Amino acid sequence: MNDIPTPDSIGLSREDLPNSYIGRSVPRPNVPKLVQGRATYTDDVVLPRMVHAAFLRSPHAHARIVSVDATAAMQVPGVVRVFTGQDLAKVCDPWVAVLAHLKGMKSAPQHPLPLDRATWQGEPIVAVVADSRAAAEDGVAALRVEFDPLPAQVDMETALAPGATVIHTELGDNLVFQRTAVQGDVDAAFAAAHKVVEATFVTGRHTGVTLEPRSIIADYNRADGTLTVHQSTQAPHMMQNVFAKQLRMEESQVRVICKDVGGSFGIKVHVYPDEVAVAAMSRILGRPVKFVADRFEAFASDIHARDHRIKGRIAVDADGKILGFDIDDLTGIGPYSVYPRTSAIEGNQVVNLCGGPYDFANYRCTTTVVLQNKVPTCQYRAVGHPIATAVTEGLVDLAAQAIGMDPIEMRRRNLVRDDAYPFTSPAGMKFEGLSHHASLKKLLEMVPVERIRADQAEARARGVHRGLGIAAFIELTNPSPFMYGIGGARISAQDGATVRMDPDGSVVVASGVTEQGQGTEAILAQIVAHGVGVPVGKVRVITGDTQATPYGGGTWACRGAGIGGEAALQSAIALKEQLLTVAGTMLQANPASLDIVLGEVVDKATGAQRISLSEIGRIVYFRGDTLPKDLPREFVQTRHFITKEYPFAFTNGIQACWVEVDVATGMVKVLEHWCVEDCGRVINPLLVDEQVRGGIVQGLGGALYEHCVYDDQGNLLTTTMADYLVPMAAEMPEIHVGHVETPTRESLLGAKGAGEAGTAGAPGALMNAINDALRPLGGIVTAQPFTPASILRALGTI
Amino acid sequence: MVRMKWPAIGYVRATSLEDLWTAQAAHGGSAQVLAGGQTLLATLAFRLSDPKVLIDITRIAALRGIGAQGGVLRIGALTRHAELGRDPLVRQHAPLLAEAVPLIAHPAIRNRGTIGGSLAYADPAAELPACVVALGATIVLASARGERRVAAEDFFTGLLQTALEPGEIIAAVELPSATAATRCAIVEVARRSGDYAMAGLAACLSLDAAGTVAAPRLVFFGVGSGPVLAAKAGAALAGRVLDHAAIGAAQMALAEDLDPPADMHGPPEMKRHLARVLTQRALGRFLPASEIAA
Ligand SMILES: Cc1cc2nc3c(=O)[nH]c(=O)nc-3n(C[C@H](O)[C@H](O)[C@H](O)COP(=O)(O)OP(=O)(O)OC[C@H]3O[C@@H](n4cnc5c(N)ncnc54)[C@H](O)[C@@H]3O)c2cc1C
Repeated sequence: MNDIPTPDSIGLSREDLPNSYIGRSVPRPNVPKLVQGRATYTDDVVLPRMVHAAFLRSPHAHARIVSVDATAAMQVPGVVRVFTGQDLAKVCDPWVAVLAHLKGMKSAPQHPLPLDRATWQGEPIVAVVADSRAAAEDGVAALRVEFDPLPAQVDMETALAPGATVIHTELGDNLVFQRTAVQGDVDAAFAAAHKVVEATFVTGRHTGVTLEPRSIIADYNRADGTLTVHQSTQAPHMMQNVFAKQLRMEESQVRVICKDVGGSFGIKVHVYPDEVAVAAMSRILGRPVKFVADRFEAFASDIHARDHRIKGRIAVDADGKILGFDIDDLTGIGPYSVYPRTSAIEGNQVVNLCGGPYDFANYRCTTTVVLQNKVPTCQYRAVGHPIATAVTEGLVDLAAQAIGMDPIEMRRRNLVRDDAYPFTSPAGMKFEGLSHHASLKKLLEMVPVERIRADQAEARARGVHRGLGIAAFIELTNPSPFMYGIGGARISAQDGATVRMDPDGSVVVASGVTEQGQGTEAILAQIVAHGVGVPVGKVRVITGDTQATPYGGGTWACRGAGIGGEAALQSAIALKEQLLTVAGTMLQANPASLDIVLGEVVDKATGAQRISLSEIGRIVYFRGDTLPKDLPREFVQTRHFITKEYPFAFTNGIQACWVEVDVATGMVKVLEHWCVEDCGRVINPLLVDEQVRGGIVQGLGGALYEHCVYDDQGNLLTTTMADYLVPMAAEMPEIHVGHVETPTRESLLGAKGAGEAGTAGAPGALMNAINDALRPLGGIVTAQPFTPASILRALGTI
Repeated sequence: MVRMKWPAIGYVRATSLEDLWTAQAAHGGSAQVLAGGQTLLATLAFRLSDPKVLIDITRIAALRGIGAQGGVLRIGALTRHAELGRDPLVRQHAPLLAEAVPLIAHPAIRNRGTIGGSLAYADPAAELPACVVALGATIVLASARGERRVAAEDFFTGLLQTALEPGEIIAAVELPSATAATRCAIVEVARRSGDYAMAGLAACLSLDAAGTVAAPRLVFFGVGSGPVLAAKAGAALAGRVLDHAAIGAAQMALAEDLDPPADMHGPPEMKRHLARVLTQRALGRFLPASEIAA
């Protein structure tokens, strides 16, 4: 299969190989549009008769809605209508976010606006629709809503305790999901171990801060009974299904259009009650309704993630061989599991991924997923990975320290061997082919460990504390139906691409995967240019329209390149075959003796140009009469791709982080960071490197700065960018990225996902680096984010 | 819950002080002065205050300009942070202010924010209020009733509270020029560059040839309801030769000077601890080379 020429595979430089765009840092065709402000974000779309929605959001974490008085709001100039939960329930059904394969999972029905109870601070309660957003906001200010505050269940540790406030009494308790994976004999292994080390880790609740906030326009047209939704989303086809189902329409009556999207990170792949409310209001009003979340609304209603407390133990023998992991994960997910992917997936991933890079025999991991009165949590970039990696790598470092072994040697002894594949992990994950040892070797070529250790010793003598931390990781990409489909969610694991050639010889690809700023459209253009044999500038890309693209899953869980890219490659190759068939007839040559290079049909043996694609286009489209009657001339080809052999294409990598801790102030400065990752075939090195860098920044952000802080009443304290700290350029280090390429054999392209690797490993590497720095002082930190206060506490200073 | 869109607000541009007084007379208490807008516009978006009219003062020439005369540096209220940072007179006569500027926010904000706005808003974690108290400045206030002068340390009266009376504005800040004996430093700990400080210190003192401290003014920010002049720590330094022991004494004395609140970054103990660290870091810069090595 994997016979696509890459520059490396045939010993040429990239410049020598103009027709192979795979593996080249082709500039992204959509960048000028983005930087010149000529993109079309949802908010740029203006429709006739459009009205604007604003929401009154709950000021309480938990409260009964006693009454809603809209009299004054309706008097505000410009206000068109006020909607309550009851109003919307007439046209919109509630949803319950559970998946059948997550055994025993339960959650409560959620309405677009709640009928009688607010369950988190920031939950949309009443909507006002007006001629402008400002008038709608004035209308919201004039609403009189009486709340009767109820006790809030804020702390996940007490969610299952006697006396807890049961958030949905019909569920009986606050337990959403629990799963334990067991392999081997954990108790025996730990009892007999040379050393057992344990620690409790906390990953801080944080969120993905997209530059463009969530945005939607819903336009119900009474004349033809269709609903057109312009939405900033990662999964247009999933949303098409959701809107149709909740609003009791046919799927074919709903069209979701998603043009430019200003970042998503998983935030925009979920069903939000305010967005469904917008669709329901448009259904009732028969007018387009727009809603764009502002930054405050983003913090109080975009999904949060990573609110976990993990107790972990590791057992090792005297040679540093890992005997087992024993892990207990607890996570609070807010008052509802989020539809349709559910909020149990993150905990489930922790169970799937802990210990992932290592070869060991005994494993026990439990996740317990509970309700609480905070913003709902759900999948955010690298779902579960940074948690599992920090726990695993934190424990490995502690074990290395306990037996006096160098942390790098500890990893070398335990990482799954590169020749051990296929391999099934103790958690039951199947790996087709990973490269932990090659990646470690490459990392050690990049990180000057000896120089760093010398510098560390010299600095320590001056009272300056620096540390080096390492974290190996695995990453789950290219998900099959085993992720959501088997649980009953209508989320496509298959994706399609349609590639066509127009008379001028240019090519259009329409794909079911989507672009949110990461460059999906760039790699689709590269792949199609490569597959057909045209200059990349001749390829135009259509994504984000359920009516114009093949059905597909969209872009999430690192599937854009691996799934969408393969569909595009296969359809491009099919088009090329068709073009060569026609060219062969025209030239009276055997199609197998011809090739297409940069838009010209050439003689394969000599490279001599025979006919251009535009000439073929002219003849086929305008003078088809001159061709043999029975000649097929299908210049539109569609292919689909779904993975079949493995539930997921796992990738792997390893990161290193070099920090300086100011032990007087607790401030951490990241000096340098490295990542080697193996995403299989690298299609566009620049894009992959930037994905890795951006992912690392988000990982470091969550580990150092980003934190959704609540008080004990369930009030969210971090509702602006002044309080919710994102990493900024000045704080970020030089980040070095290296690659090992182990293509998946499931596809011709061989690509796996690359977008989450950076985020997966960065927090663990950073934690280990900080602890390496603090080691001589006897301090250790395991609770993210690693704030100055937490470090000063670890040092016993405060 | 807070909102993020402004209510409808009127706008008036004053081009002279006379203009301003007229506009204020017309709109009374419902008007608010707008300078760089870097604080005010954000608070309006949150609907924290509810003015009906904004009076833009940025075109009033009388509030601009920096001049040095007779040992006094006068800085007009409209001086932007960025101007403060690059002005040669400021660098010469009040280097502390120039040193403070890079610690304030980010370039875009420094290009618009004004010293008058910063002092009038009196954020407890802001750099400039602490600096003007440390420098022993005088705040020049103006209103339709005329001018009056208030010592900087009397100007800040509580959390976001100042001695400004209704209808009054800050016209300028006057500072005694630095002498050869003057030693000033500003240090802070902020989560990210440009953030308001978790704790900061603007320190000024004189050192004579023997290294003896006179007129020490240690002013902390981010640790109280406004700039906090640490009187006990100052007393511990005054008249002493500056050395590690003197610095240690000042650090000890802070226990009585500071009563910091907890905030999102940490508990009061952390702020007390950081104040001691900053005291060491600021004063340590004034130690003779022999002491530093010790
Ligand atoms: C993201 C961000 C980060 C920031 N970080 C910092 C920081 O680290 N440190 C720091 O010190 N500041 C910081 N600031 C605040 C910045 O320095 C502001 O510019 C300053 O506080 C206010 O100045 P202004 O001219 O913009 O005032 P405006 O916003 O125009 O006004 C602020 C208040 O002062 C009043 N006012 C303005 N001028 C006068 C006057 N001459 N007389 C009487 N009243 C007046 C106004 O009526 C208003 O009440 C930050 C701001 C932002 C947006």
